[in-house]
Amino acid sequence: MMSNLTGAERTTAMTIAGFGALIGLAMAAAGHGDPMGVHGWIVLAFFGVLFFIVASALYSPEPVEDRALSYYDDPTKVGIILALIWAVVGMFMGVWVASQLAWPDLRFEGAWSGFGRLRPVHTSGVIFGFGGNALIATSYHIMQRTSRARMPGQISPWFVLLGFNLFCILAASGYVMGVTQSKEYAEAEWYADIWLVVVWVVYFILYMRTLSRRNEPHIYVANWYYLSFILVVAILHIVNNLAVPASWTGAKSYSLFSGVQDAMTQWWYGHNAVAFFLTTGFLGMLYYFLPKRAGRPIYSYRLSILSFWGIVFFYIWVGSHHLHYTALPHWVQTLGMTFSVMLLVPSWASAGNALMTLNGAWGKVRDDATLRFMMMAAVFYGLSTFEGSFMAIRPVNGLSHYTDWTVGHVHAGAMGWVALITFGSIYALTPVLWRRETMYSWKAVEWHFWLALSGTVIYVFSMWNSGIIQGLMWRTYTETGTLKFSFVDSLVAMHPYYIARAFGGLLFLTGACICLWNVVMTILHVPQKAPELDYPTSSEAMEPALPAAE
Amino acid sequence: MSVKEHDPLTGHQTTGHEWNGITELNTRVPRAIWFFVIVTHLYALVTWILLPTWPLVTTYTKGILGIDQHEQVAKQVVAANVARADWADQIVTMPTDEILGDTVLMSRVNATAHQIFGDNCAACHGRDAAGGPGFPRLIDDAWLWGGDTDAIMETLRVGINSTHPDTRYSQMLAFGRDGMLGREDIRIVIDYVQSLSGIAPSDTPVSPERISAGEEIYLDNCAACHADDGTGDMEQGAPNLADQAWIYGGDKDALFETIWNGRQGWMPSWETRLSEVERKTLAVYLARLGQEATQ
Repeated sequence: MMSNLTGAERTTAMTIAGFGALIGLAMAAAGHGDPMGVHGWIVLAFFGVLFFIVASALYSPEPVEDRALSYYDDPTKVGIILALIWAVVGMFMGVWVASQLAWPDLRFEGAWSGFGRLRPVHTSGVIFGFGGNALIATSYHIMQRTSRARMPGQISPWFVLLGFNLFCILAASGYVMGVTQSKEYAEAEWYADIWLVVVWVVYFILYMRTLSRRNEPHIYVANWYYLSFILVVAILHIVNNLAVPASWTGAKSYSLFSGVQDAMTQWWYGHNAVAFFLTTGFLGMLYYFLPKRAGRPIYSYRLSILSFWGIVFFYIWVGSHHLHYTALPHWVQTLGMTFSVMLLVPSWASAGNALMTLNGAWGKVRDDATLRFMMMAAVFYGLSTFEGSFMAIRPVNGLSHYTDWTVGHVHAGAMGWVALITFGSIYALTPVLWRRETMYSWKAVEWHFWLALSGTVIYVFSMWNSGIIQGLMWRTYTETGTLKFSFVDSLVAMHPYYIARAFGGLLFLTGACICLWNVVMTILHVPQKAPELDYPTSSEAMEPALPAAE
Repeated sequence: MSVKEHDPLTGHQTTGHEWNGITELNTRVPRAIWFFVIVTHLYALVTWILLPTWPLVTTYTKGILGIDQHEQVAKQVVAANVARADWADQIVTMPTDEILGDTVLMSRVNATAHQIFGDNCAACHGRDAAGGPGFPRLIDDAWLWGGDTDAIMETLRVGINSTHPDTRYSQMLAFGRDGMLGREDIRIVIDYVQSLSGIAPSDTPVSPERISAGEEIYLDNCAACHADDGTGDMEQGAPNLADQAWIYGGDKDALFETIWNGRQGWMPSWETRLSEVERKTLAVYLARLGQEATQ
């Protein structure tokens, strides 16, 4: 890794790491006695380790090859491994909190092990740790390949990847210490949020600079999606996290918004985190790896345009459907509801575009579990976007809201769509990235596919059942005109479904562990084989262009 | 460069662009997509006309149906209250004995009280009202402040050691911690108290001298609240020590802890949280549960 950096770059990296370590030290000193102090030590340790890694190789020989002749894949490799480690950690937390719902005593004495603190570790661990790392890593890969250009610098890709992981570590470690803004999916406190802004701006600049260096006349669809992900997530993150720290030496802060404005801002953020983090970024992944693996042209460029602009335009309006029947004014709810319904068609157009692309390659879908991951992801994407638009309709939401149906819906998206496309992409990417002939074990990929699919199906079905039962129990009246069931009655009715859900999650976690093992074994034991034409060139030099359907 | 090729499978033309082997067809957007775009947009348009939707500067479009969610809720609450009025009024006005004897009214009470109890009381007193360590059992005839429906109603209204101005107030003093009784005296009085409720020590019988010494300590320190015969005093919420019901446990360790550190249980006031109908319904429900359990 270090051998691909020049001496000057190593010095820069060491300076940044040293500066970061100093900030950590300052945080540790200023925040003494507060969780911020603990975070200071974590920051110090993080940058300290980086500093020594770079320093130990400071005087190693300079890179000999002309780096412009190859893509820069080192950060992608590390990103993929980090994504899988976060997947295992985050999904383990998920199985743990799911089990706590079925068996509440499954915890330790300390407050850190309670459901309220572990649950955000699960959500942030899988969304940001697993999803975020996978998005950053695949975006590095895809933006270089579809631009036929190497990334402009060697330092900024590392800064983004590692800086993002530092954010994830600060977030997760904060939650178990009780540090939270109490905003769902935006729990991390002010200094972690500021750090993420810095990282994200560098990410945006890196992406734009790579695109501007491209040797292709046009920008491929996958890049539209990645760029929308980076740009909008920055806006969402900054606005929703506007807050005034209670002091500069502590973790606590107060949101700039209050009351219903706070709720609306939060769910504008919350739903668009689903849209621009968990949807558009992963659509970028889908748009690259699915046609690549299937060896088929994208079914329709025009459909891509329709769905891209439909998705980015409609999604930003729909957050208020999280606040039906609340203090939020009725008109805002109607707007959110109607835009959610209009959003369905562009979403289905994306899923349909992916599935129609597989026409002519269904034999491969049958034989190749990697492609099957991507196909199934598109199916779940279609399913959960339909379900989402349906649940956004006010009267339907009256039944589904606050129940496990919502949890099931989220997981149909997160497991069925986001995780399956990511695993499929990782299986497609790993041999290319490490220059290997194939994955270490295709049987393990098959096992993973069926574990992941059955885990998702068990999870989603049990939550559909429990959610609808919950919703109905809460609104069942006796002939006397009073409620029939107490809340505890509905909890008792949920118990079998909670056990089934934890089991489904366990299957999914097992699959993720197999994936990590398979990737590591591929790196260690599969013979080398360089992929063809995997280096930056001007597209004219490539004549004749690769035939489309070969 | 830009060579538009035909895809042999579909016959469609590509856009002529190529990215690392990926090409795109220029297929028309399927009619079904346009159809559903139109359908969903019409749905939205109709909804916008009917319901409050678009913000104007100081107001918003109200929609021709004139629906507002706050008004809807207010109407539904009124309607629900009207539907319940026939029996709800009876619950408030009728004496509890008559309610308990009225099978029609009792079916209302049973259907209603289960949920009220489950959502408000069960967290401490258990779903079956059987209590637990620290929380009284409600289905026996051992009561701190009285078990008739009027007394239960009052307890529900003001709570015990709560923030309500009329709260029932009671405290078991920390005799040991505050230096009023020594360890040995506490052990002696424990033996006496256990003898009151007939908890016979299993292996070593307590000598009559020790019992009478315990009685002396008891009369000096405990009888003011718990009464000379240990039957307690519902006027001040002092539990009966001569029965089998123990809130914090009747074994020696639990009693020692009680006498050493004192106790002060807490029950919230429900006056603002539950309506009078609901509180009376609960009181009648508990009276019935108590009757069934002690029969």
